[in-house]
Amino acid sequence: MAYPKQYRYTKEHEWIDVKGNLATIGITDYAQHELGDVVFVELPKPGTKIEAGKSFGTVESVKAVSEIYAPVGGEVIEANTELQNTPEKINTDPHGAAWLIKVRLTDAANLSGLMDAAAYEAYIASKGKEASA
Amino acid sequence: MESVTTPLTSELRKTPLNGLHRRLGAKMVNFGGWDMPVEYPSSGGLIAEHRAVRSSVGVFDVSHMGDIRIRSGSKPGRALAAVQHISMNDASKLAIGQAHYSAMLYPEGTFVDDVIVHRLGEDDFLLVINAGTREKDINWVRANTKGFDCVVEDLSDAYTQLAIQGPRAADVLRKLTDSDLSSIKNYWFTHGTVCGLKNTLIARTGYTGEDGFEIYVPSDGATSEKVWNQVIEAGREYGIVPCGLGCRNTLRLESKMALYGHEISDKINVGEAGLDRYCKMEKGDFVGRAALERAKAAGLTRTLVGLEMVDRGIARDDYRCCNEAGEAVGVVTSGSPSPTLGKNIALAYVPPAYSAVGTAVYVEIRGQKCKAQVVPTPFYRRPKKAAAPLVS
Repeated sequence: MAYPKQYRYTKEHEWIDVKGNLATIGITDYAQHELGDVVFVELPKPGTKIEAGKSFGTVESVKAVSEIYAPVGGEVIEANTELQNTPEKINTDPHGAAWLIKVRLTDAANLSGLMDAAAYEAYIASKGKEASA
Repeated sequence: MESVTTPLTSELRKTPLNGLHRRLGAKMVNFGGWDMPVEYPSSGGLIAEHRAVRSSVGVFDVSHMGDIRIRSGSKPGRALAAVQHISMNDASKLAIGQAHYSAMLYPEGTFVDDVIVHRLGEDDFLLVINAGTREKDINWVRANTKGFDCVVEDLSDAYTQLAIQGPRAADVLRKLTDSDLSSIKNYWFTHGTVCGLKNTLIARTGYTGEDGFEIYVPSDGATSEKVWNQVIEAGREYGIVPCGLGCRNTLRLESKMALYGHEISDKINVGEAGLDRYCKMEKGDFVGRAALERAKAAGLTRTLVGLEMVDRGIARDDYRCCNEAGEAVGVVTSGSPSPTLGKNIALAYVPPAYSAVGTAVYVEIRGQKCKAQVVPTPFYRRPKKAAAPLVS
Protein backbone atom coordinates (compact mmCIF):
# COMPACT_ATOMS: atom_id res chain seq x y z
CA MET A 1 0.00 0.00 0.00
CA ALA A 2 1.34 3.44 -0.93
CA TYR A 3 2.18 5.98 1.76
CA PRO A 4 0.51 9.30 0.81
CA LYS A 5 3.07 11.99 0.04
CA GLN A 6 1.19 14.77 1.84
CA TYR A 7 1.12 12.85 5.17
CA ARG A 8 3.79 12.93 7.86
CA TYR A 9 4.69 9.81 9.89
CA THR A 10 5.86 8.89 13.39
CA LYS A 11 8.29 6.20 14.51
CA GLU A 12 5.33 4.66 16.36
CA HIS A 13 3.52 4.25 13.02
CA GLU A 14 0.88 6.97 13.15
CA TRP A 15 0.23 9.24 10.19
CA ILE A 16 -0.96 12.85 10.26
CA ASP A 17 -2.46 14.94 7.49
CA VAL A 18 -2.31 18.65 8.31
CA LYS A 19 -4.46 21.22 6.51
CA GLY A 20 -4.18 24.69 8.04
CA ASN A 21 -4.86 24.30 11.76
CA LEU A 22 -6.76 21.03 11.31
CA ALA A 23 -5.18 17.59 11.29
CA THR A 24 -6.42 14.07 10.63
CA ILE A 25 -4.61 11.21 12.41
CA GLY A 26 -4.55 7.49 11.74
CA ILE A 27 -2.27 4.47 11.88
CA THR A 28 -0.17 3.28 8.97
CA ASP A 29 -0.52 0.26 6.75
CA TYR A 30 2.64 -1.12 8.35
CA ALA A 31 0.99 -0.77 11.77
CA GLN A 32 -2.21 -2.55 10.77
CA HIS A 33 -0.15 -5.32 9.24
CA GLU A 34 1.87 -5.74 12.43
CA LEU A 35 -1.31 -5.78 14.52
CA GLY A 36 -3.24 -8.27 12.44
CA ASP A 37 -7.04 -8.43 12.50
CA VAL A 38 -8.25 -5.29 14.29
CA VAL A 39 -11.28 -6.05 16.44
CA PHE A 40 -11.64 -3.06 18.76
CA VAL A 41 -10.95 0.66 18.78
CA GLU A 42 -11.17 3.12 21.66
CA LEU A 43 -11.02 6.81 20.75
CA PRO A 44 -11.33 10.08 22.70
CA LYS A 45 -14.53 12.11 22.66
CA PRO A 46 -14.69 15.48 20.87
CA GLY A 47 -13.37 18.19 23.16
CA THR A 48 -10.62 15.98 24.59
CA LYS A 49 -7.21 17.65 24.69
CA ILE A 50 -4.39 15.51 23.36
CA GLU A 51 -0.69 16.05 23.91
CA ALA A 52 2.14 15.32 21.48
CA GLY A 53 3.83 12.02 22.31
CA LYS A 54 1.05 10.91 24.70
CA SER A 55 -1.39 8.07 24.15
CA PHE A 56 -4.86 9.15 23.05
CA GLY A 57 -6.51 5.81 22.38
CA THR A 58 -6.08 2.13 21.72
CA VAL A 59 -6.42 -0.22 18.82
CA GLU A 60 -6.80 -3.91 19.64
CA SER A 61 -6.21 -6.96 17.53
CA VAL A 62 -7.29 -10.43 18.62
CA LYS A 63 -4.03 -10.93 20.42
CA ALA A 64 -2.87 -7.52 21.64
CA VAL A 65 -3.65 -3.99 22.74
CA SER A 66 -1.69 -1.13 21.17
CA GLU A 67 -1.61 2.45 22.36
CA ILE A 68 -1.92 5.19 19.78
CA TYR A 69 0.32 8.21 20.35
CA ALA A 70 -0.51 11.76 19.29
CA PRO A 71 1.96 13.13 16.73
CA VAL A 72 0.93 16.68 17.74
CA GLY A 73 -0.98 18.46 20.50
CA GLY A 74 -4.52 19.75 20.03
CA GLU A 75 -8.20 19.33 20.70
CA VAL A 76 -10.23 16.47 19.28
CA ILE A 77 -13.03 17.77 17.09
CA GLU A 78 -14.21 14.43 15.73
CA ALA A 79 -13.57 10.73 16.33
CA ASN A 80 -14.29 8.16 13.67
CA THR A 81 -17.18 6.44 15.47
CA GLU A 82 -17.85 4.25 12.41
CA LEU A 83 -14.87 2.19 13.54
CA GLN A 84 -16.74 1.02 16.65
CA ASN A 85 -18.85 -1.23 14.45
CA THR A 86 -16.34 -1.81 11.67
CA PRO A 87 -12.87 -1.89 13.27
CA GLU A 88 -11.70 -4.19 10.45
CA LYS A 89 -11.69 -1.13 8.16
CA ILE A 90 -8.35 -0.31 9.78
CA ASN A 91 -6.95 -3.39 8.06
CA THR A 92 -8.38 -2.55 4.64
CA ASP A 93 -8.16 1.25 4.41
CA PRO A 94 -5.82 2.55 7.13
CA HIS A 95 -4.76 5.67 5.22
CA GLY A 96 -8.30 6.64 4.16
CA ALA A 97 -11.73 5.70 5.52
CA ALA A 98 -10.23 4.34 8.74
CA TRP A 99 -8.78 7.63 9.99
CA LEU A 100 -9.05 7.78 13.79
CA ILE A 101 -9.49 11.40 14.90
CA LYS A 102 -9.59 14.96 13.59
CA VAL A 103 -7.82 17.53 15.71
CA ARG A 104 -7.65 21.33 15.94
CA LEU A 105 -4.01 22.16 16.52
CA THR A 106 -3.17 24.24 19.58
CA ASP A 107 -0.19 26.04 18.06
CA ALA A 108 1.28 26.05 14.65
CA ALA A 109 1.95 22.32 14.37
CA ASN A 110 5.53 21.37 14.93
CA LEU A 111 6.03 18.64 12.33
CA SER A 112 9.80 18.89 12.22
CA GLY A 113 10.30 15.65 14.18
CA LEU A 114 8.11 13.66 11.82
CA MET A 115 9.09 11.73 8.70
CA ASP A 116 7.89 12.30 5.16
CA ALA A 117 6.68 9.31 3.13
CA ALA A 118 10.11 8.50 1.68
CA ALA A 119 11.82 8.62 5.07
CA TYR A 120 9.06 6.50 6.64
CA GLU A 121 9.32 3.88 3.91
CA ALA A 122 13.06 3.69 4.48
CA TYR A 123 12.42 3.43 8.23
CA ILE A 124 10.03 0.47 7.94
CA ALA A 125 12.30 -1.21 5.38
CA SER A 126 15.14 -1.09 7.92
CA LYS A 127 12.82 -2.58 10.56
CA GLY A 128 11.99 -5.42 8.18
CA LYS A 129 15.70 -6.15 7.80
CA GLU A 130 16.21 -6.20 11.55
CA ALA A 131 13.42 -8.73 11.93
CA SER A 132 14.78 -11.14 9.35
CA ALA A 133 18.46 -10.77 10.31
CA MET B 1 1.48 2.55 17.91
CA GLU B 2 3.83 0.31 19.77
CA SER B 3 5.16 -2.67 17.94
CA VAL B 4 3.52 -5.86 19.13
CA THR B 5 6.14 -8.20 17.75
CA THR B 6 8.98 -9.17 20.01
CA PRO B 7 12.26 -8.55 18.24
CA LEU B 8 14.17 -11.64 17.29
CA THR B 9 17.19 -12.31 19.41
CA SER B 10 19.80 -14.91 18.69
CA GLU B 11 19.08 -16.82 21.91
CA LEU B 12 15.62 -17.86 20.78
CA ARG B 13 15.23 -21.55 20.02
CA LYS B 14 13.95 -22.68 16.67
CA THR B 15 12.00 -25.68 15.47
CA PRO B 16 13.23 -27.53 12.36
CA LEU B 17 10.50 -25.71 10.41
CA ASN B 18 11.62 -22.20 11.41
CA GLY B 19 13.05 -21.41 7.98
CA LEU B 20 9.89 -22.61 6.29
CA HIS B 21 7.70 -20.40 8.50
CA ARG B 22 9.84 -17.40 7.62
CA ARG B 23 9.70 -18.20 3.91
CA LEU B 24 5.90 -18.37 4.22
CA GLY B 25 6.01 -14.85 5.66
CA ALA B 26 4.72 -15.84 9.09
CA LYS B 27 4.76 -13.24 11.85
CA MET B 28 7.14 -14.64 14.42
CA VAL B 29 7.06 -14.08 18.18
CA ASN B 30 9.00 -15.13 21.23
CA PHE B 31 6.88 -17.83 22.82
CA GLY B 32 8.47 -19.19 25.98
CA GLY B 33 11.94 -18.70 24.54
CA TRP B 34 11.00 -20.10 21.13
CA ASP B 35 10.86 -18.21 17.84
CA MET B 36 7.40 -19.32 16.71
CA PRO B 37 4.83 -18.29 14.09
CA VAL B 38 1.93 -16.41 15.67
CA GLU B 39 -0.01 -16.05 12.42
CA TYR B 40 0.46 -16.31 8.68
CA PRO B 41 -0.77 -13.33 6.65
CA SER B 42 -0.68 -15.74 3.67
CA SER B 43 -3.34 -17.85 5.46
CA GLY B 44 -5.47 -14.74 5.93
CA GLY B 45 -4.31 -14.13 9.50
CA LEU B 46 -5.40 -15.32 12.92
CA ILE B 47 -9.17 -15.18 12.49
CA ALA B 48 -9.08 -16.93 9.11
CA GLU B 49 -6.81 -19.63 10.58
CA HIS B 50 -9.15 -20.05 13.55
CA ARG B 51 -12.15 -20.44 11.24
CA ALA B 52 -10.32 -22.92 9.02
CA VAL B 53 -9.76 -25.20 12.03
CA ARG B 54 -13.39 -24.92 13.22
CA SER B 55 -14.88 -25.46 9.77
CA SER B 56 -12.36 -27.61 7.88
CA VAL B 57 -8.68 -28.12 8.71
CA GLY B 58 -5.44 -26.38 9.66
CA VAL B 59 -1.89 -27.49 10.42
CA PHE B 60 0.34 -26.31 13.28
CA ASP B 61 4.04 -26.77 13.93
CA VAL B 62 4.12 -27.71 17.61
CA SER B 63 7.64 -29.08 17.65
CA HIS B 64 8.48 -26.79 20.55
CA MET B 65 6.52 -29.14 22.81
CA GLY B 66 8.73 -31.46 24.84
CA ASP B 67 8.66 -35.25 25.02
CA ILE B 68 9.81 -37.38 27.93
CA ARG B 69 9.95 -41.15 27.64
CA ILE B 70 9.90 -43.26 30.80
CA ARG B 71 10.67 -46.97 30.54
CA SER B 72 11.21 -49.67 33.13
CA GLY B 73 14.77 -50.69 33.90
CA SER B 74 15.61 -54.24 34.93
CA LYS B 75 12.27 -55.01 36.61
CA PRO B 76 8.86 -54.73 34.98
CA GLY B 77 6.27 -52.32 36.36
CA ARG B 78 8.69 -49.66 37.51
CA ALA B 79 7.83 -47.19 34.73
CA LEU B 80 4.15 -47.37 35.64
CA ALA B 81 4.99 -46.91 39.32
CA ALA B 82 7.09 -43.85 38.44
CA VAL B 83 4.40 -42.31 36.25
CA GLN B 84 1.80 -42.95 38.96
CA HIS B 85 4.06 -41.22 41.47
CA ILE B 86 4.70 -38.09 39.38
CA SER B 87 1.30 -37.54 37.73
CA MET B 88 -2.22 -37.13 39.07
CA ASN B 89 -4.30 -39.19 36.63
CA ASP B 90 -4.41 -43.00 36.93
CA ALA B 91 -1.99 -44.33 34.31
CA SER B 92 -2.76 -47.94 35.30
CA LYS B 93 -6.10 -47.46 33.53
CA LEU B 94 -4.37 -46.73 30.23
CA ALA B 95 -4.33 -49.48 27.65
CA ILE B 96 -1.32 -49.71 25.37
CA GLY B 97 -2.13 -47.25 22.59
CA GLN B 98 -4.16 -44.97 24.83
CA ALA B 99 -3.37 -41.49 26.16
CA HIS B 100 -4.87 -39.17 28.74
CA TYR B 101 -4.65 -35.65 30.09
CA SER B 102 -2.82 -35.41 33.39
CA ALA B 103 -0.55 -33.11 35.36
CA MET B 104 2.62 -33.24 37.41
CA LEU B 105 2.26 -31.54 40.78
CA TYR B 106 4.45 -30.02 43.42
CA PRO B 107 4.06 -31.30 46.98
CA GLU B 108 1.85 -28.20 47.51
CA GLY B 109 -0.69 -29.58 44.99
CA THR B 110 0.14 -26.85 42.47
CA PHE B 111 1.27 -27.44 38.91
CA VAL B 112 4.72 -28.34 37.62
CA ASP B 113 3.03 -28.70 34.22
CA ASP B 114 0.10 -30.37 32.53
CA VAL B 115 0.95 -33.35 30.32
CA ILE B 116 -0.49 -35.86 27.91
CA VAL B 117 0.57 -39.33 29.03
CA HIS B 118 0.77 -41.93 26.25
CA ARG B 119 1.16 -45.62 27.10
CA LEU B 120 3.53 -46.93 24.43
CA GLY B 121 3.93 -50.34 26.04
CA GLU B 122 3.34 -52.20 29.28
CA ASP B 123 6.49 -50.59 30.71
CA ASP B 124 6.87 -47.64 28.40
CA PHE B 125 5.30 -44.16 28.60
CA LEU B 126 5.63 -40.92 26.63
CA LEU B 127 4.81 -37.65 28.36
CA VAL B 128 4.22 -34.65 26.11
CA ILE B 129 4.99 -31.44 27.99
CA ASN B 130 4.94 -27.70 27.40
CA ALA B 131 7.69 -25.80 25.57
CA GLY B 132 8.24 -23.09 28.13
CA THR B 133 8.69 -25.60 30.97
CA ARG B 134 10.83 -28.20 29.20
CA GLU B 135 14.01 -27.96 31.28
CA LYS B 136 12.13 -27.56 34.55
CA ASP B 137 9.96 -30.57 33.72
CA ILE B 138 12.75 -32.91 32.70
CA ASN B 139 14.77 -32.01 35.80
CA TRP B 140 11.72 -32.50 37.97
CA VAL B 141 10.89 -35.87 36.38
CA ARG B 142 14.47 -37.08 36.80
CA ALA B 143 14.61 -35.93 40.43
CA ASN B 144 11.26 -37.51 41.33
CA THR B 145 11.75 -40.86 39.57
CA LYS B 146 15.08 -41.64 41.21
CA GLY B 147 14.82 -44.94 42.99
CA PHE B 148 12.17 -46.23 40.61
CA ASP B 149 14.67 -48.17 38.49
CA CYS B 150 13.39 -46.63 35.29
CA VAL B 151 15.02 -44.98 32.29
CA VAL B 152 14.08 -41.34 31.67
CA GLU B 153 14.90 -39.94 28.25
CA ASP B 154 14.42 -36.40 26.97
CA LEU B 155 13.27 -36.92 23.37
CA SER B 156 12.16 -33.32 22.90
CA ASP B 157 14.60 -32.61 20.08
CA ALA B 158 14.06 -35.94 18.36
CA TYR B 159 10.65 -35.10 16.92
CA THR B 160 9.00 -32.59 14.69
CA GLN B 161 5.43 -32.54 15.96
CA LEU B 162 2.67 -31.46 13.60
CA ALA B 163 -0.93 -30.96 14.73
CA ILE B 164 -3.48 -31.45 11.96
CA GLN B 165 -6.72 -30.13 13.42
CA GLY B 166 -10.31 -29.70 12.31
CA PRO B 167 -13.31 -31.73 11.14
CA ARG B 168 -11.42 -32.57 7.90
CA ALA B 169 -8.16 -33.58 9.64
CA ALA B 170 -8.85 -37.29 9.20
CA ASP B 171 -9.59 -36.81 5.49
CA VAL B 172 -6.23 -35.11 5.04
CA LEU B 173 -4.16 -37.57 7.04
CA ARG B 174 -5.88 -40.60 5.47
CA LYS B 175 -4.24 -39.67 2.17
CA LEU B 176 -0.78 -39.85 3.74
CA THR B 177 -0.92 -43.00 5.84
CA ASP B 178 -1.64 -46.71 5.65
CA SER B 179 -3.08 -46.69 9.17
CA ASP B 180 -6.82 -47.10 9.63
CA LEU B 181 -7.60 -43.75 11.24
CA SER B 182 -11.23 -44.63 11.90
CA SER B 183 -10.02 -47.21 14.42
CA ILE B 184 -8.12 -44.55 16.43
CA LYS B 185 -10.55 -43.08 18.93
CA ASN B 186 -10.16 -39.71 20.59
CA TYR B 187 -7.08 -39.79 22.88
CA TRP B 188 -5.79 -43.04 21.40
CA PHE B 189 -2.78 -43.44 19.14
CA THR B 190 -1.05 -45.88 16.86
CA HIS B 191 2.22 -46.29 14.98
CA GLY B 192 2.02 -46.37 11.21
CA THR B 193 3.60 -45.19 8.00
CA VAL B 194 3.07 -41.48 7.32
CA CYS B 195 4.50 -39.88 4.18
CA GLY B 196 6.60 -43.02 3.72
CA LEU B 197 8.05 -42.77 7.25
CA LYS B 198 7.60 -46.10 9.02
CA ASN B 199 6.64 -46.39 12.67
CA THR B 200 5.37 -42.83 13.01
CA LEU B 201 3.41 -41.99 16.14
CA ILE B 202 -0.10 -40.86 15.15
CA ALA B 203 -2.21 -39.63 18.07
CA ARG B 204 -5.81 -38.43 17.95
CA THR B 205 -5.07 -35.51 20.23
CA GLY B 206 -4.89 -31.74 20.01
CA TYR B 207 -5.35 -28.40 21.68
CA THR B 208 -8.13 -26.87 19.63
CA GLY B 209 -11.36 -28.51 20.76
CA GLU B 210 -11.77 -30.05 17.31
CA ASP B 211 -11.14 -33.54 16.04
CA GLY B 212 -7.55 -33.86 14.90
CA PHE B 213 -4.25 -35.67 14.98
CA GLU B 214 -0.74 -35.03 16.18
CA ILE B 215 2.05 -36.79 14.32
CA TYR B 216 5.64 -37.15 15.48
CA VAL B 217 8.24 -37.40 12.72
CA PRO B 218 12.05 -37.30 12.77
CA SER B 219 13.28 -33.77 13.44
CA ASP B 220 15.79 -33.36 10.63
CA GLY B 221 15.00 -30.34 8.49
CA ALA B 222 14.52 -32.13 5.18
CA THR B 223 12.10 -34.71 6.59
CA SER B 224 10.20 -32.09 8.56
CA GLU B 225 9.68 -29.87 5.50
CA LYS B 226 8.77 -32.83 3.31
CA VAL B 227 6.04 -33.95 5.71
CA TRP B 228 4.72 -30.40 6.18
CA ASN B 229 4.53 -29.88 2.43
CA GLN B 230 2.77 -33.21 1.88
CA VAL B 231 0.21 -32.33 4.56
CA ILE B 232 -0.43 -28.98 2.85
CA GLU B 233 -0.72 -30.70 -0.54
CA ALA B 234 -3.09 -33.38 0.81
CA GLY B 235 -5.20 -30.71 2.49
CA ARG B 236 -5.43 -28.41 -0.49
CA GLU B 237 -8.85 -29.69 -1.56
CA TYR B 238 -10.17 -28.95 1.95
CA GLY B 239 -8.66 -25.47 2.08
CA ILE B 240 -6.00 -26.35 4.67
CA VAL B 241 -3.97 -23.41 5.97
CA PRO B 242 -0.82 -23.12 8.08
CA CYS B 243 -1.90 -22.00 11.55
CA GLY B 244 0.07 -20.09 14.16
CA LEU B 245 0.08 -19.93 17.93
CA GLY B 246 -2.36 -16.99 17.82
CA CYS B 247 -5.32 -19.11 16.77
CA ARG B 248 -4.04 -22.04 18.80
CA ASN B 249 -4.66 -19.80 21.79
CA THR B 250 -8.14 -18.62 20.75
CA LEU B 251 -9.15 -22.19 19.83
CA ARG B 252 -8.02 -23.64 23.16
CA LEU B 253 -9.57 -20.75 25.09
CA GLU B 254 -13.00 -21.27 23.49
CA SER B 255 -12.69 -24.93 24.51
CA LYS B 256 -11.52 -23.99 28.03
CA MET B 257 -8.26 -25.91 27.79
CA ALA B 258 -5.72 -24.74 30.36
CA LEU B 259 -2.51 -22.92 29.44
CA TYR B 260 0.47 -23.16 31.75
CA GLY B 261 1.33 -19.80 33.31
CA HIS B 262 -2.29 -18.71 32.92
CA GLU B 263 -5.02 -21.06 34.20
CA ILE B 264 -2.46 -23.34 35.86
CA SER B 265 0.85 -22.55 37.52
CA ASP B 266 2.98 -23.25 40.57
CA LYS B 267 0.59 -20.94 42.51
CA ILE B 268 -2.68 -22.64 41.55
CA ASN B 269 -3.89 -26.04 42.73
CA VAL B 270 -5.92 -28.70 40.96
CA GLY B 271 -9.20 -27.93 42.72
CA GLU B 272 -9.02 -24.24 41.93
CA ALA B 273 -8.33 -24.99 38.27
CA GLY B 274 -11.37 -27.28 38.16
CA LEU B 275 -9.31 -30.22 36.90
CA ASP B 276 -10.37 -32.69 39.62
CA ARG B 277 -11.79 -35.11 37.07
CA TYR B 278 -8.24 -35.80 35.85
CA CYS B 279 -6.97 -36.24 39.41
CA LYS B 280 -7.49 -39.76 40.77
CA MET B 281 -7.16 -39.57 44.55
CA GLU B 282 -8.22 -43.22 44.88
CA LYS B 283 -5.27 -44.56 42.85
CA GLY B 284 -2.89 -44.28 45.82
CA ASP B 285 -0.21 -41.79 46.77
CA PHE B 286 1.38 -39.36 44.32
CA VAL B 287 3.28 -36.10 44.64
CA GLY B 288 0.85 -33.38 45.70
CA ARG B 289 -1.92 -35.69 46.90
CA ALA B 290 -1.70 -34.89 50.61
CA ALA B 291 -1.83 -31.15 49.94
CA LEU B 292 -4.88 -31.60 47.70
CA GLU B 293 -6.67 -33.54 50.47
CA ARG B 294 -5.98 -30.70 52.89
CA ALA B 295 -7.08 -28.10 50.32
CA LYS B 296 -10.28 -30.01 49.70
CA ALA B 297 -11.06 -30.15 53.40
CA ALA B 298 -10.34 -26.42 53.77
CA GLY B 299 -12.61 -25.50 50.84
CA LEU B 300 -11.95 -23.38 47.81
CA THR B 301 -11.11 -19.69 48.09
CA ARG B 302 -11.10 -19.13 44.34
CA THR B 303 -12.31 -21.00 41.30
CA LEU B 304 -11.92 -20.74 37.55
CA VAL B 305 -14.95 -19.33 35.71
CA GLY B 306 -15.83 -18.37 32.17
CA LEU B 307 -16.76 -14.74 31.56
CA GLU B 308 -18.48 -13.06 28.68
CA MET B 309 -18.18 -9.28 28.37
CA VAL B 310 -21.48 -7.43 28.57
CA ASP B 311 -19.99 -3.94 28.18
CA ARG B 312 -17.80 -2.96 25.26
CA GLY B 313 -14.22 -3.97 25.93
CA ILE B 314 -11.88 -6.93 25.75
CA ALA B 315 -10.71 -8.57 28.98
CA ARG B 316 -7.04 -9.50 28.69
CA ASP B 317 -4.64 -11.71 30.64
CA ASP B 318 -3.88 -10.32 34.12
CA TYR B 319 -6.66 -7.70 34.14
CA ARG B 320 -8.26 -7.33 37.56
CA CYS B 321 -11.81 -8.44 38.31
CA CYS B 322 -13.93 -6.54 40.80
CA ASN B 323 -17.48 -6.52 42.13
CA GLU B 324 -20.08 -3.84 41.57
CA ALA B 325 -18.70 -1.84 44.49
CA GLY B 326 -15.31 -1.81 42.79
CA GLU B 327 -13.62 -4.13 45.30
CA ALA B 328 -11.00 -6.44 43.77
CA VAL B 329 -12.24 -10.03 43.70
CA GLY B 330 -10.06 -11.81 41.17
CA VAL B 331 -8.01 -11.83 38.01
CA VAL B 332 -8.35 -12.74 34.34
CA THR B 333 -6.03 -15.58 33.31
CA SER B 334 -6.82 -15.54 29.57
CA GLY B 335 -9.03 -13.14 27.66
CA SER B 336 -9.69 -12.57 23.99
CA PRO B 337 -12.31 -11.95 21.38
CA SER B 338 -13.82 -15.30 20.41
CA PRO B 339 -13.81 -15.62 16.61
CA THR B 340 -16.37 -18.45 16.74
CA LEU B 341 -18.85 -16.75 19.08
CA GLY B 342 -18.28 -13.14 18.03
CA LYS B 343 -18.09 -12.19 21.72
CA ASN B 344 -15.32 -11.16 24.08
CA ILE B 345 -14.61 -14.02 26.47
CA ALA B 346 -12.26 -14.69 29.35
CA LEU B 347 -11.28 -17.19 32.00
CA ALA B 348 -10.83 -15.75 35.47
CA TYR B 349 -10.23 -16.76 39.07
CA VAL B 350 -12.92 -15.45 41.40
CA PRO B 351 -14.22 -16.45 44.85
CA PRO B 352 -16.86 -19.23 44.75
CA ALA B 353 -19.50 -16.63 45.75
CA TYR B 354 -19.06 -15.08 42.29
CA SER B 355 -18.96 -18.32 40.32
CA ALA B 356 -22.64 -19.04 39.62
CA VAL B 357 -23.69 -18.71 35.99
CA GLY B 358 -25.28 -15.29 35.45
CA THR B 359 -23.33 -13.54 38.23
CA ALA B 360 -22.13 -10.06 37.29
CA VAL B 361 -18.36 -9.61 37.52
CA TYR B 362 -16.57 -6.45 36.41
CA VAL B 363 -13.26 -6.34 34.61
CA GLU B 364 -11.00 -3.32 34.97
CA ILE B 365 -9.96 -2.28 31.48
CA ARG B 366 -7.58 0.69 31.46
CA GLY B 367 -9.13 2.11 34.61
CA GLN B 368 -12.73 1.53 33.50
CA LYS B 369 -15.04 -0.93 35.23
CA CYS B 370 -16.56 -3.02 32.43
CA LYS B 371 -19.41 -5.41 33.11
CA ALA B 372 -19.10 -9.12 32.36
CA GLN B 373 -21.11 -12.13 33.42
CA VAL B 374 -20.29 -15.69 34.36
CA VAL B 375 -21.28 -18.11 31.60
CA PRO B 376 -21.17 -21.90 31.26
CA THR B 377 -17.93 -23.42 29.95
CA PRO B 378 -16.54 -24.57 27.65
CA PHE B 379 -17.54 -21.54 25.61
CA TYR B 380 -17.51 -23.76 22.53
CA ARG B 381 -18.15 -27.47 22.15
CA ARG B 382 -17.73 -29.11 18.79
CA PRO B 383 -20.92 -30.43 17.23
CA LYS B 384 -21.51 -34.13 17.70
CA LYS B 385 -21.04 -36.11 14.54
CA ALA B 386 -24.33 -37.04 12.95
CA ALA B 387 -24.96 -40.76 13.12
CA ALA B 388 -23.86 -42.53 9.98
CA PRO B 389 -26.78 -43.52 7.78
CA LEU B 390 -27.55 -47.24 7.71
CA VAL B 391 -27.47 -47.25 3.94
CA SER B 392 -25.29 -44.77 2.16
